[in-house]
Amino acid sequence: MKRVGLSGNYAVAYAAKMADVDLIAAYPITPQTPIVEKLSEFVANGELEAEYINVESEHSALSACVGASLTGARVFTATSSQGLAYMHEVLFMASGLRTPIVMANVNRALSTPLNIWNDHSDAMAERDSGWIQLWVTSAQEAFDATLEAFKIAEEVLLPVMVNLDGFILSHTYEPVVLPDESLVREFVPPKPMLNRVSPKFAYSIGVVGPPEIYYEMKYQVVDAIENSRHKIKEIDKEFGNKFGREYKFVNEYMMEDADYALVTMGALTGTAKVVVNALRKEGEKVGVVSIRCFRPFPKEDLVALLEGVKGVGVMDRAVMPGGPSNPLFADIATALYGSSRRPLLQNFVAGLGGRDVSVEEFKAMFGLVKDVVREGRPRSCIYVGLRE
Amino acid sequence: MRKLKGWKEIPIGAMIVEPGSSVEFEVSSWRTFKPVFDKKKCTKCGMCWIFCPEGAINLNKDGTYDVNLSFCKGCGICQRACAVKAITMVKEG
Amino acid sequence: MVQSGCKKMLEIRWHGRGGQGSVTAAEILATAAINEGKYSQAFAAFGPERRGAPVLAFTRIDDNEILLRTQIYEPDIVVVLDHHLSEGDDVGEGLKNGGIIVLNSTYPPEKYAKKFPNARRVATVDATGIAIKELGTPVTNTAILGALVKATGIVKLESVEEVIRERIKTHSEKNVAAVRSAFAETKIFDREGHE
Repeated sequence: MKRVGLSGNYAVAYAAKMADVDLIAAYPITPQTPIVEKLSEFVANGELEAEYINVESEHSALSACVGASLTGARVFTATSSQGLAYMHEVLFMASGLRTPIVMANVNRALSTPLNIWNDHSDAMAERDSGWIQLWVTSAQEAFDATLEAFKIAEEVLLPVMVNLDGFILSHTYEPVVLPDESLVREFVPPKPMLNRVSPKFAYSIGVVGPPEIYYEMKYQVVDAIENSRHKIKEIDKEFGNKFGREYKFVNEYMMEDADYALVTMGALTGTAKVVVNALRKEGEKVGVVSIRCFRPFPKEDLVALLEGVKGVGVMDRAVMPGGPSNPLFADIATALYGSSRRPLLQNFVAGLGGRDVSVEEFKAMFGLVKDVVREGRPRSCIYVGLRE
Repeated sequence: MRKLKGWKEIPIGAMIVEPGSSVEFEVSSWRTFKPVFDKKKCTKCGMCWIFCPEGAINLNKDGTYDVNLSFCKGCGICQRACAVKAITMVKEG
Repeated sequence: MVQSGCKKMLEIRWHGRGGQGSVTAAEILATAAINEGKYSQAFAAFGPERRGAPVLAFTRIDDNEILLRTQIYEPDIVVVLDHHLSEGDDVGEGLKNGGIIVLNSTYPPEKYAKKFPNARRVATVDATGIAIKELGTPVTNTAILGALVKATGIVKLESVEEVIRERIKTHSEKNVAAVRSAFAETKIFDREGHE
């Protein structure tokens, strides 16, 4: 075990290397590039014995991963934004074919206008593709989640996307504790996978699913991701026992007696916690809930945490134009629909296209949540920091 | 009509796990004409084998070709593909 | 005086130009602090990068885990890698009252005392000259690190040297020499009435 300074991107690359991946197929895109640069360096200098396939696009990158995964190989890819969008159709194939691919998605805004900076629009657009989605708040978590992702993927036979905020995490150096490689190998040992193609076993893959069978096959993916919850929890616990860090589905901060809360996802959770500390000193009963596992959505955990709270702000970092709200808010409102003790919910959008969300803006969001509770009903979505 | 399998009974990942399951699908009753091969004219070029959409053409030990009538639907593509007219479509029965 | 065993979070803003290694300097400082057992963050305000364009980078250092993910608006310390930027007005923007500014300049620090009224300490070093002498190229990031360590004591000089040796594969010793001569040549002005 050693404590080093690493960027979020390098933390992911080290995790993939320590998990001893067999194959990497990826196409570079800002801000994901340093992940694949580091991994190709590991392969080139012999530190990692793996196939590195240089592909001409993200569509091909994920296609290569699907093919390799079907042979039972442990595969890894990484992308961002337009790259993820370009993978769109293959994402659904990866989940439908039940390939345990692990992908790091370095969250970046989607064009147009062209923007390389951070928001969550890329991953939100792929929310329904049947991938498990983990979201991290630090470089350490990026490392840890990537390791957990391999184990989760191979246990439940679904692809896992680890989301880390572009630049805010991907290009920020901070302390990361790297465990001994032998411990990592114990945690993610090579796993022989059933129903994988090889010269000895001929299967037909990528077949037509006519109306008589498509529905049942799609439901298998629905069932698999629904039932992955207990496995994800179990693996997270095992990770905690082995490495001393456990993350759960949601991370709660100062929620025991909170009257007002903010729900966040990703790195900006940290700033929200700093603001909670400051407001607590002023006597405000505020807390933060950060969603770590977005798919499968942690319905029960969220209901348990948010029931009885007076007001909850939901901070979206992506928009759902023309929709009834924005994506995270929609999910939380749905989860709380059946509760008789549901809090008043207020939707916020903040930090699109890499716009900094300041301490003052977080304070303002908490203040607005308090206001809408006083007013007795939520306002339509508030776009924080938007110039008129 | 046979009972279709439920979602729990179907292999996951949209895979057909029994190799060669197409053997179950006999198409001989679809036929009106059947191909008859003239071994003397055959130049062993293999075009009939390549073009057959059902994979019903077999390679003989001597390099000529023949048809497995269980899987021949009588489409006549092999006859069209044969450059030396070694295949004739003959009415069944 | 900023001490290496900092009690509160320190925020540092780096001003340079594309190609001078501002981001690398921010990362070297953070890594040195992490290696000393502290918590640190180094990041940059990324834009359409190109050589010569002004670059902003940031480092935070704390004894406790750093949760804050905003940019730095009111730095405790400003470091300027480029001698032209040192003459501009905007590098001092938001500098905390009682802060420290480290400039790449051939002039004595007293020259800048009026320009940066918030600065309790101004330090100057001819980082361009040192870089040309030691490295043969005006990449000033390692030289300015030596000046920063001299002016602030924020990390140990050896910690910086160790990270440079680990991180800069070619010419690491030349860069270590640049750090050392900058450390030796940095001139410091302390404003009276500040503690």
